[in-house]
This record gives sequence, C-alpha cells and structure tokens, in this order.
Amino acid sequence: MKKTVSRRAFLKGGLAGTVAATTLLNSKSSEAAGSFEGYPEGMGVLVDLTRCVGCRSCEAACNLEQGLPEPAKPFDDYSVFDEIKHGEKRRTDETRYTVVNSYDVPGMEHPLFRKVQCNHCQEPACLTSCFVNAYTKTPEGAVIYNSKVCVGCRTCMVACPFYIPTFKYSSAFDPKIMKCIFCYDTRLKDGLPPACVEACPQEALTFGKRSDMIEAGRQRIKMNPDKYVDHIYGEHEVGGTAWMYLSSAPFDKVGFDTHVPKEPILNSVKDFLSIVPMVLTIWPGLFVGFHLLATRKDAAKKIEEEKKEVKS
Amino acid sequence: MRTRNKLLHCALALAIGTALSGPFTANAMDASDAPDLITIDSLTNLYGPVEFDHAMHADLADCALCHHHTTGIPAQDPNCLRCHATSGEADTVACADCHTADRFNKDYLESLDDPMLYHVDKPGLKGAYHINCIGCHVEVGAPSGCQDCHVMNDSGQQMFKTGDYAPDPQDHNNGGH
Repeated sequence: MKKTVSRRAFLKGGLAGTVAATTLLNSKSSEAAGSFEGYPEGMGVLVDLTRCVGCRSCEAACNLEQGLPEPAKPFDDYSVFDEIKHGEKRRTDETRYTVVNSYDVPGMEHPLFRKVQCNHCQEPACLTSCFVNAYTKTPEGAVIYNSKVCVGCRTCMVACPFYIPTFKYSSAFDPKIMKCIFCYDTRLKDGLPPACVEACPQEALTFGKRSDMIEAGRQRIKMNPDKYVDHIYGEHEVGGTAWMYLSSAPFDKVGFDTHVPKEPILNSVKDFLSIVPMVLTIWPGLFVGFHLLATRKDAAKKIEEEKKEVKS
Repeated sequence: MRTRNKLLHCALALAIGTALSGPFTANAMDASDAPDLITIDSLTNLYGPVEFDHAMHADLADCALCHHHTTGIPAQDPNCLRCHATSGEADTVACADCHTADRFNKDYLESLDDPMLYHVDKPGLKGAYHINCIGCHVEVGAPSGCQDCHVMNDSGQQMFKTGDYAPDPQDHNNGGH
C-alpha cells in the first residue's frame, strides 16, 4: 500500500509545523512584544500652536546646540515662511533638525505656526525597522541614533510616518542619518529641557513628564473650549509620541497627517515579521528532512543495485 | 514674656498696615505704589534690557489684567477667580516672584506633582512676559515684533546668524538641494 502525499498537503504540513514550532519556542518573547506603553518616567513636550509667534528662536537654538551648518538665511529672516520646494513647505534635513512653518487658516486673522522635528514616538517605526539596532528609545523619552553601527540602508527614512530621519548625502566619507535627538547627549540625560524649549519666548513649547503634558493639554482645552480643537495630536497617534500638539485649527489644516494609525506602525507588520525568522530557520531543515525521508527508499535501492553491480 | 512680645509685634504690624493702605484703596494696591519705569533684563544674554514704562501701561489697563489677583483687585480670569475671588492682596506682586525664571528645572518640575497645587501649568517668567505682552500688543495693534521691544545684542546676532554674522548669500547660491 502506497500513500501519496500531494504537493499542497506537503506544504501545509510544513507550514503547520513551523507555526507550532513558533508558538512553542517563541511564546515568551511574543508575549513581551505585545504592547509597549512607553517608559513611565519619559519626558515630553507639549507644543501649543496658539502660542507660537513664528520667531524661529527654536531653530536658531537648535542650530547652535547641535553644531549644525550655517543656514542659507539668518534665523530672523521671516521670508523663509514663503519658501515652497517640490510643492511643499520647508522640512527638516541634514542642516536643520527643526523648522517652523506658517499656515494661513481661512477665517483666522493671524497665521498659525507649526514646529516640525522628530516626535520621539513611544514605539518608533525607525527603531523597529532598523535591522542593526542603530536606534534606541531612552527611558528619558528620546529616540537616539548610533551612526557607528548604521549601514546606511535608509529603511528608517521610509518607515518614519513623519518623514523625519534624513540622510547626510553631502558627505561621501561620513554619511549618516541626521535627525533631532531631543538634545539627549547634551541636555535631556541630565534632566535639562532641549535647547529649542529653553529658547522659546512664548512657552509655546512646554517640557515635562509626558503624562503631565497630557494633563496640561487636557486642562488647557477644558479651560478654553472655544480656543482649542478638542484633541492632543500625539497622545494616541502612531501609538503615542513624546512631542504632542494643541491647535486652534483642525490639525489637517496646519500640516499634520491626520490619517496616521492610532497604533504603532510596527503593529501593521508585527504578525508577519515574527514568522519570517522561523520560516528562514526551520523551513530549510524541515523540507530537507522531508526530502530525505521521501527519497530514502530510492537511495537504499540505488545502493543495493550498486552493490549487486560490484558483486557481479 | 515671649507671647507678649509677639502680640506687640502683631499689633504694630497691623497698625502700620492700616496706616499704609489709604481710605479708598482699603486692602488693595495702587499703580502709584509701583515704580514708573521697570528695567526687565532677564534676557540680556541675547537682547538689550527692556525699559518697561509701567506708569503708561497702568493708565491703559487694570492692574488685574497683568497682575491677576495679587494686587487685591479682583482677577479677570475666571480660572483665577475660582480660588482667588476674595483672597486679597498678595505678599508680592512682582512677576518674577511667582513665575520662575528656571521653568523646566528638574526640581521645579518635580514640585509640580503636589496634588494640592492648581498652578501646574503656570508659565515661567519668560513665558509669562511674552504671552501677556504680545497677546495684548497684537490685540490692540501695538508693536509686536521681537526687536520692537528688545534689540538683539552681539551674542544674539551670533545665535541668530544675523547682522555681523549673517550668512554670505554667495555661499548658498548653488540652487541645488
């Protein structure tokens, strides 16, 4: 009696075996990767667009603190707000970790200003996309980057929902990712606020524990319901960010992407990605085993035949 | 003996207090109690000092508009009034005595954890000045540009890469990325 195994059944068995092995071997680590709510003592910044006057002090302070190259225009030149490149307002690049853009909102007498920099996600997509672990989310709340291990694949630039990591294309010998690091090295790790926050004259940037910043944001909205949109951008966006925003205009009118998911970017690929290493490590062995088992009789026959030939 | 001394002191303090507060401004300060000109020099690392004409501003607005409840005149902000409607004149009316200059100092931030404290979101000194001044100046059409109030000094120009430190347009004229 010969039992034939169809190709489909064969593959199904292989997949089932892999899933079983994954569940058995990986149950502990997959549990741990379930959800990360962020470090409880992590710091954050609440950016209040209704307070910002577009003075660009934060840009100047950042340039000085991070030792960035000289800007094309002085930081007290407000003509930069009219700059449009490739149909877009100014964005961060290798020479500037933060920019302030101006938005004319219909029905509002004065423009609203929005500061752009790394939002320091609770569960950063750049970090999870990096296969050499060049990124770290520190307990203080910063997402920092280690250029020594970076291989320059730039996956983080694709992964970031806010288009923040930029590449230092200008340097052939020392190319690296350039982005805001929350002034981690020089300030945050010592409990000091980042340079931009300290420079802000209007306290449009308020620094404190992330949980306190959410409280402060809620309080401001509650006290001035007519002034603010009832939403703190960054409280839940992409699983929460350390930098959060209050606005008097709908967020999509002032340059925010309101279509980003409310859970970490990682969640969209986590289930698939957790199977990849198992497929890569188990399938080859498993199928080689199947192959050897299936061809065992043929091989034995061949050897016997060979022996016969030698004898005769 | 000690208690008697204390009582005497209290009586003396009361007497002086009553004598100082005029008959019409009972329990409330008056603009004339303040200096006419106040030099604000907390940002002198980047800007020249601001000569604030207190007398002129006192003519334009009620004390409470800037000083909240501290002068003994009822506050205008409904949030302040929740607690301070009848709290009278405060020990101090100077901005810097309530609005700390070191707003994001670690110890200060930790002190905000006190559940009895409602002032958790109180701006620091720099924030208080600018939010109050610019808010009003924009509203009434008064000057509101940075250097309308304080002129940048040399180190300010250095930080803002302007004036003597302005970038040479030739260096950035390549038109590329």
